[in-house]
Amino acid sequence: MKSLPITIDSVSKAYGSYVALDDVSLDIQAGEFLTLLGPSGSGKTTLLMALAGFVRPDSGKLLLGDRDITRLAPNKRDIGIVFQNYALFPHMNVLANVAYPLALRKTPRAEARQRALATLARVKLDGLAERNVAALSGGQRQRVALARAIVFEPRVMLMDEPLSALDKNLRETMQYEIRRLHDDLGITTIYVTHDQREALIMSDRIAVMNSGRIQQIDTPQRIYDRPSTRFVAEFMGEANIVAPGSVRRIDGAEASGETLMIRAESFHLDAKLVGSDAVALEGILRAKAFRGENWLLTLALDGGQEVLVCIPAALAGGCAELAAGQRMTAYAPAAKVHAIPGAMA
Amino acid sequence: MLEAYPQNRLARIVLWSFAALVMAFLMLPTLVVVPLSFSASNLLEFPPHAYSLRWYENFFGSATWMAALRTSLILGTLTALIAVPFALLACISMNRLGGKTAASIQGILLTPSVTPGILLAIGLFFVLAAQRLVGTLFGVLVGHVVLAVPVACIVLLPALARFDWNQVQAARSLGADWARAVGGIIVPQLQLSLLSATLMAFLTSLDESVISIFIASGRNSTMPKLMFLSLRDQIDPTIAAISTLWTAIVVVVVVIVALRQKA
Repeated sequence: MKSLPITIDSVSKAYGSYVALDDVSLDIQAGEFLTLLGPSGSGKTTLLMALAGFVRPDSGKLLLGDRDITRLAPNKRDIGIVFQNYALFPHMNVLANVAYPLALRKTPRAEARQRALATLARVKLDGLAERNVAALSGGQRQRVALARAIVFEPRVMLMDEPLSALDKNLRETMQYEIRRLHDDLGITTIYVTHDQREALIMSDRIAVMNSGRIQQIDTPQRIYDRPSTRFVAEFMGEANIVAPGSVRRIDGAEASGETLMIRAESFHLDAKLVGSDAVALEGILRAKAFRGENWLLTLALDGGQEVLVCIPAALAGGCAELAAGQRMTAYAPAAKVHAIPGAMA
Repeated sequence: MLEAYPQNRLARIVLWSFAALVMAFLMLPTLVVVPLSFSASNLLEFPPHAYSLRWYENFFGSATWMAALRTSLILGTLTALIAVPFALLACISMNRLGGKTAASIQGILLTPSVTPGILLAIGLFFVLAAQRLVGTLFGVLVGHVVLAVPVACIVLLPALARFDWNQVQAARSLGADWARAVGGIIVPQLQLSLLSATLMAFLTSLDESVISIFIASGRNSTMPKLMFLSLRDQIDPTIAAISTLWTAIVVVVVVIVALRQKA
């Protein structure tokens, strides 16, 4: 199966005065797993639907390989789509659902059946071929939807929050399975989610979207550790955005002059665990909460700003004894202090 | 069904009696015709003094009545075959458009069902007269389709509102063009609603008299038109025999459809 790269070139889409996509450009490599991540209304689903052919961009171009598909009918794009609610056909059984795209392509009946069965085995649904769709569990429906989207060997796969209806444990299993399926097939995949953990776990690259624009596109690690905007920093996890004036370096050197981002879990309470170029934040303990794998401390700096400090339970020997109102210092190693370009918004 | 009501004996008797009264009120006008049709008398009399099947023989033996029956059945079938697909497509587009545009289209589309039949018939007469279609079967068919489309829409709109449109997008992405998505995904799932819509459209045409009186003529007379005319010209129990047959046909069709919907 040959997968293709996708080029999104200055695509815009507005609904009346509401701008859903604002001059979005993005290159996705052949075989890449790219996630569009953002809050609801950020434009991620609109972009996916434009690729699928259900939304016509006001301007800009969409290329599949070298081919311009901006105005191509959805049924001629050869793109497999997995919908949020699965959109299985309730009047067909599992086998007929999966064989449907093959029937449309006039594949001989016997071959279609054999290919559909092989694909069902691939998503671990052997033996359920004759089952009624209504009799399946959420996870099984999800797998049928996956099988139906890959059985005709599309060159691109689009997934619109496919796991959002599943419970937590199943969701985590499916995250690994979808990723493994992607690696086996080598198919270019664009995955939409609002769950940052899911994006981090599954993706080759993440494009963080907000208000119709791509805020940052990068590897999961860089998106998490080196966000380019305050929005990305806060969307990806517990981020503290502090002015350089609120921190001091342990060695007394001048802190950099930009807005700084320090993740809650980057802090240590013990100065010996960080280097001499670490920064220190001093304040009064406002609140503490035990969250199982870690403690979350809320520290009020002298300027009044609150900072979240997350200490792994294994390293938090003294946390239980800390009392609200007491003065304390949290240290973050220099490597974990990230300067965000742009002003303190 | 009545478990929610008081266990009090008297209350239950009153309740059942009232329900029986309502049923009787609804059904008696239809049922009173049945004994009339088996009368041996030359006049419509109730209760009949003697019984016979002569009025049924009279009906089946009359070329005029048989022609009208054929016309009505053909018209009803054609009306359903034209009005239902039209209504389905109209309802799909209204559902997809949404908002004020769809509401206005729906308003226009449903007008014939709220316009007094006589006004509609007069208007239709002038439009068809200009096209020289008055007196033709086609002219009557146009009138019946106009009446049947809103009826079919009223059945289909709520069914489409419940439909999961992601399925159509899924079918499209899997390679189906519009026609195949409608035919392969929407139609099979709306089977029962389409069946109801077809039945309603058929009955609308079968039961329609005003347009037929204005537009149909001579050989193209429909059953209801002929029934009106015969009541005016010669009152004999043939009309009661026809009404009884008519009621029986409608009851059979409705019961069959209702049973299929339950299954």
